[in-house]
Amino acid sequence: MTGDDTKHLPLEDLHTAAGARFGAFAGWSMPLTYPAGVMKEHQHTREHAGLFDISHMKMFEVSGPGATALLNRACPLDAGALEISQSKLSFFLNDEAGILDDLIVTRLGNDRFMVVANAGNAVADEKHLRALAADFDVKVDALDRVFLAIQGPEAWAALSRAGIETGSLLFMHGIEPRKNWFMSRSGYTGEDGFEIGLPEVDARALVAKLIEDERVLWIGLAARDSLRLEAGLCLHGQDITPEFDPASAALMWAIPKEVRATGSFIGADALRAILERGPAQKRVGLKPEGRQPVRAGAALFDADGNAAGHVTSGGFGPSAGHPVAMGYASTPLAKPGTKLFADVRGTKIPVEINTLPFTPHRYRKG
Amino acid sequence: MAKIYFTEDHEWLSVEGGIATVGITDYAQEQLGDLVFVELPEVGKKLSKGDTAVVVESVKAASDVYAPVDGEITDANGALSSDPSLVNSAATGDGWLWKMKLADEGQLAGLMDEAAYKAHIG
Repeated sequence: MTGDDTKHLPLEDLHTAAGARFGAFAGWSMPLTYPAGVMKEHQHTREHAGLFDISHMKMFEVSGPGATALLNRACPLDAGALEISQSKLSFFLNDEAGILDDLIVTRLGNDRFMVVANAGNAVADEKHLRALAADFDVKVDALDRVFLAIQGPEAWAALSRAGIETGSLLFMHGIEPRKNWFMSRSGYTGEDGFEIGLPEVDARALVAKLIEDERVLWIGLAARDSLRLEAGLCLHGQDITPEFDPASAALMWAIPKEVRATGSFIGADALRAILERGPAQKRVGLKPEGRQPVRAGAALFDADGNAAGHVTSGGFGPSAGHPVAMGYASTPLAKPGTKLFADVRGTKIPVEINTLPFTPHRYRKG
Repeated sequence: MAKIYFTEDHEWLSVEGGIATVGITDYAQEQLGDLVFVELPEVGKKLSKGDTAVVVESVKAASDVYAPVDGEITDANGALSSDPSLVNSAATGDGWLWKMKLADEGQLAGLMDEAAYKAHIG
């Protein structure tokens, strides 16, 4: 449409042909559901293999003699300690240690890394990274790729049938199996699976092979959200934002101890100060009692009616079989088993702090 | 014989003896996707046209269903408490939401018949 800034996926015609219902997300027109519907799409991914078009996400290649130093400045990361093909979750932080974005950084070579960023932050991330890169001997390339995720216990078998062997690749590792391809064993569902960035012409050929396999079904953004929520994975803009730091977000596992202690990443001093005094609130899983979903924005209260935090993501977990949610609770209350109440349209719904994930991860770690 | 009316908000009303049975249309349930919870109204509650009568929740979102006319709730579909997916599988049958005693049958004149509703959704 003229005068409309909405971005469209390169494979949009395939989604239309598959009967997708589209909706806006992070400036993109994205497939929300296909005719199977969110419940079936969700369960199909957990039982077989789900194919997701995640081309709204952005891939940056960082290369040059200063690549490691740039990433160590931009992220709370020891980029030089990564083995070649190893991936790690990291962040761009602001000076207050607020989370600007969460990213997956993969080492491709001695001086070459792949950085995968969220759609909603892609423009800001690129600007941020390029500004920092000015101080280093490094090149930042924003790659023009189709990005597909194939997730679920049969993802590897479906890829194998399509001619792509994944055998030796382990969870949180990424390689370049073909020219201009990037493939990592990772994802956003809690299942074994892969994310593959590749040129559009290759993507069309791969999708054609995958989708004729009865184990593979297109999966929309709605099921992507319920899958990641059950898996306890954060959505930037909801569960993590510049208002929250990695300690409050219970994501310190992503930051190596030495980096916490001596790293010179942006936000290091602020993060150390937060760790010193302890975060005032913490990200937790929340299990609502009964069937009624508790959603983002709902306020949390303790048994005496005192403010106790808020919900950042919530919905129904088709595999869990009950509503699932995530949010922040004040630190003294942020223990599994604590009973709180969520205000849903004036009704207080009992919720219990629950360990994450709600559905066990089934990654292939070795 | 019940008479069927439709609203621009994709509700249907089946009116007989001054009582309207209200639900959402098949088009609406398709738009919402799989429902996981229906917040039903209390019997006896008085509603004005446009008030939220019911909240239907899909996996992803909560949506209000408005009272299409003024009236008093006389029944709510309790079967939806254990099986909200009835709204998806039988939107215009077993998936009805509530019944209400009409305060002013004259308001029905402002609603659509089936042909007009079909034209409305294109």
